[in-house]
Amino acid sequence: MAFEYAPAPESRSIVDIAPSYGLFIDGEFVEAADGKVFKTVSPSTEEVLSEVAQAGTADVDRAVKAARKAFEKWSALPGSERAKYLFRIARIIQERARELAVLETLDNGKPIKETRDADLPLVAAHFFYYAGWADKLEHAGFGAAPRPLGVAGQVIPWNFPLLMLAWKIAPALATGNTVVLKPAETTPLSALFFADICRQAGLPKGVVNILPGYGDTGASLVAHPDVNKVAFTGSTAVGKEIAKTVAGTRKKLTLELGGKGANIVFDDAPIDQAVEGIVNGIFFNQGQVCCAGSRLLVQESIQDELLASLKRRLSTLRLGDPLDKNTDIGAINSAEQLSRITSLVEQGEAEGAERWSAPCDIPSSGYWFAPTLFTNVTQAHTVARDEIFGPVLSVLTFRTPDEAVAKANNTPYGLSAGIWTEKGSRILAVANKLRAGVIWSNTFNKFDPTSPFGGYKESGFGREGGRHGLEAYLDV
Amino acid sequence: MPTTAHTLTDVAASESTLRRFLHGLPGVDAVGLEARAASLGTRSIKTTAKAYAIDLAISMVDLTTLEGADTPGKIRALGAKAVRPDPTDRTAPATAAVCVYPDMVPAAKAAVAGSTVKVASVATAFPAGRAPIAVKLADVREAVAAGADEIDMVIDRGAFLAGNYMKVYDEIVAVKEACGASARLKVIFETGELSTYDNIRRASWLGMLAGADFIKTSTGKVAVNATPANTLLMLEAVRDFRLQTGIQVGVKPAGGIRTSKDAIKFLVLVNETAGEDWLHNHWFRFGASSLLNDLLMQRQKLATGRYSGPDYVTVD
Repeated sequence: MAFEYAPAPESRSIVDIAPSYGLFIDGEFVEAADGKVFKTVSPSTEEVLSEVAQAGTADVDRAVKAARKAFEKWSALPGSERAKYLFRIARIIQERARELAVLETLDNGKPIKETRDADLPLVAAHFFYYAGWADKLEHAGFGAAPRPLGVAGQVIPWNFPLLMLAWKIAPALATGNTVVLKPAETTPLSALFFADICRQAGLPKGVVNILPGYGDTGASLVAHPDVNKVAFTGSTAVGKEIAKTVAGTRKKLTLELGGKGANIVFDDAPIDQAVEGIVNGIFFNQGQVCCAGSRLLVQESIQDELLASLKRRLSTLRLGDPLDKNTDIGAINSAEQLSRITSLVEQGEAEGAERWSAPCDIPSSGYWFAPTLFTNVTQAHTVARDEIFGPVLSVLTFRTPDEAVAKANNTPYGLSAGIWTEKGSRILAVANKLRAGVIWSNTFNKFDPTSPFGGYKESGFGREGGRHGLEAYLDV
Repeated sequence: MPTTAHTLTDVAASESTLRRFLHGLPGVDAVGLEARAASLGTRSIKTTAKAYAIDLAISMVDLTTLEGADTPGKIRALGAKAVRPDPTDRTAPATAAVCVYPDMVPAAKAAVAGSTVKVASVATAFPAGRAPIAVKLADVREAVAAGADEIDMVIDRGAFLAGNYMKVYDEIVAVKEACGASARLKVIFETGELSTYDNIRRASWLGMLAGADFIKTSTGKVAVNATPANTLLMLEAVRDFRLQTGIQVGVKPAGGIRTSKDAIKFLVLVNETAGEDWLHNHWFRFGASSLLNDLLMQRQKLATGRYSGPDYVTVD
């Protein structure tokens, strides 16, 4: 008899999703001016979770005005007072962590294991971390009395809805800015729950405003003349549009865009841990991670051994109901994203790369894609160049450290990279030559609020997290 | 790493080839290993899977008493419990073995006579192993002659840490020979004293190359005994060894595993690392004494829906 794990689903009853939600402007939930709404669905079941107001240009204007008005008082508060609000928010997030984890899993499709053990602890940690900076800004290295910029317009993606919100809102508030934030159209719910947390924490009205909507909502927020700072995380294509919009204005801009991270495994690597790191690098959050290690560069001499281990390990991944605590791989966020992944994988096959997918049962409803890897990939293949943003790994080989570095850097992106070797001097030598914002060694996808994160080249500019993350929200 | 059984036999040709082989094994990243063990520890095992795991765990227990105060009476009680762990519920499986000191083997054999329960004995100057090889071998021969089905030997950690791998290898080979065809050999590394994960991987390969039927974490007599991480590492070693040689070797974590919850976490490690081929008491054991009662209490809870308490399981 085999050891079959019985289903262990997390209860949905802890989260109370209302049939409809408004926009959060000036401390109140309100209807959109033109009455527009859209539906948000659960990617694992295609069930409609709720109906959400869709912000139009008039709503953006209303929210920016509210944020502008709130800015006068908020920025004038002593840092220690702002810190109190941020600490309070962080504590409420911890208290409501289980509820938020279930909500995020329902709305996004990622496994409860990840929302519970990775997302929510990091969300709380970001608020705690930047709460600590709020009364120490004069010691941050940006001058004696660095000033906030004003109203920050922030647009975030659907892969880490609440975590990206925390990365944007925590440093903005700590430095005295006020915020208008647009969550992604497929994952608006946790941001709306966050609006409720702001009220629970007694945050002054207008300091945080949440405007669910599609790309046009984001575009009008970015273009609004009274926004002083634009922060965007998302695709490189949209990032370029935003850069054009903002060019020539006095707005400050930071962009966190796509990536095609190289995970370099040398022949002296700790193989079992490297396999875990590769899995974590590309199959965490179904590969829908901008800093995913989506290109595996493996030293030719250990290719067969490593690939055999990797395939064996992928065969143990458990795909299915994301609310099941034993699920490793959840649903793809949307039908649109699934079709993008599917078409890129088909292109990979058409170009002659060899496809291998883990054997797993695909549920009948919802959006799913089995963990997949491509071998016989070269730099000329589309799957080695384009960001797939799904659970698809491209495997390339190299013979020397120089070749590894050359291939790793041969990409329009530069967000993350990984180095696996037991030789310390090689870690330092290779890391120094890689053009990527984050370089992990003998680990992957580790995040911490104290550590700055950001890209080179088409992966964007500016840093989030750490002391460096303050700079984007200060007049320096 | 050599890839055929033939080249593996040459590994022990000399001290230097053995050293080169062991130091050529892939390194272990401690942070990554412990993170993987912890993440497998979060698997949620419920209802039917839990019932299956508890019975499996009971059948894998080497019910152990290793006290200076052991008497034939104590051993008789232990044997009776191993054969019939829950007198109130005959569906509870027997344990795998009873594990005793060599001089208690005859008493143990008598106590489990007629059942499936094996008798294991910690020969080789357990737990320190600090005795001349002749004494260790005599210890093993006596235990086997008295009917021991399994011998748990400790390696010479001093020789291992001093880098005398050949001495450790030769001792294991000699003990294996003394076991003869009738007794299976479990080789105990005392992982807490080996200190590093790299050492534990090397010791695992050393033990398997020398002919161990089982590799075992520890004696239960030091501060750090079986942990999820060192057991995971040993499971990786037996998996890789079988891939290279076709020979399957068992794993036995020992010491410090006291609760059903812990035992189930170890079974998850087995299931997802070495695979289901090892989910049998021929290939995986728990060296434990207090674990069995907790497994029995959890088993009663699953059957009745209520916790009964320690007076509803036997104290032997």
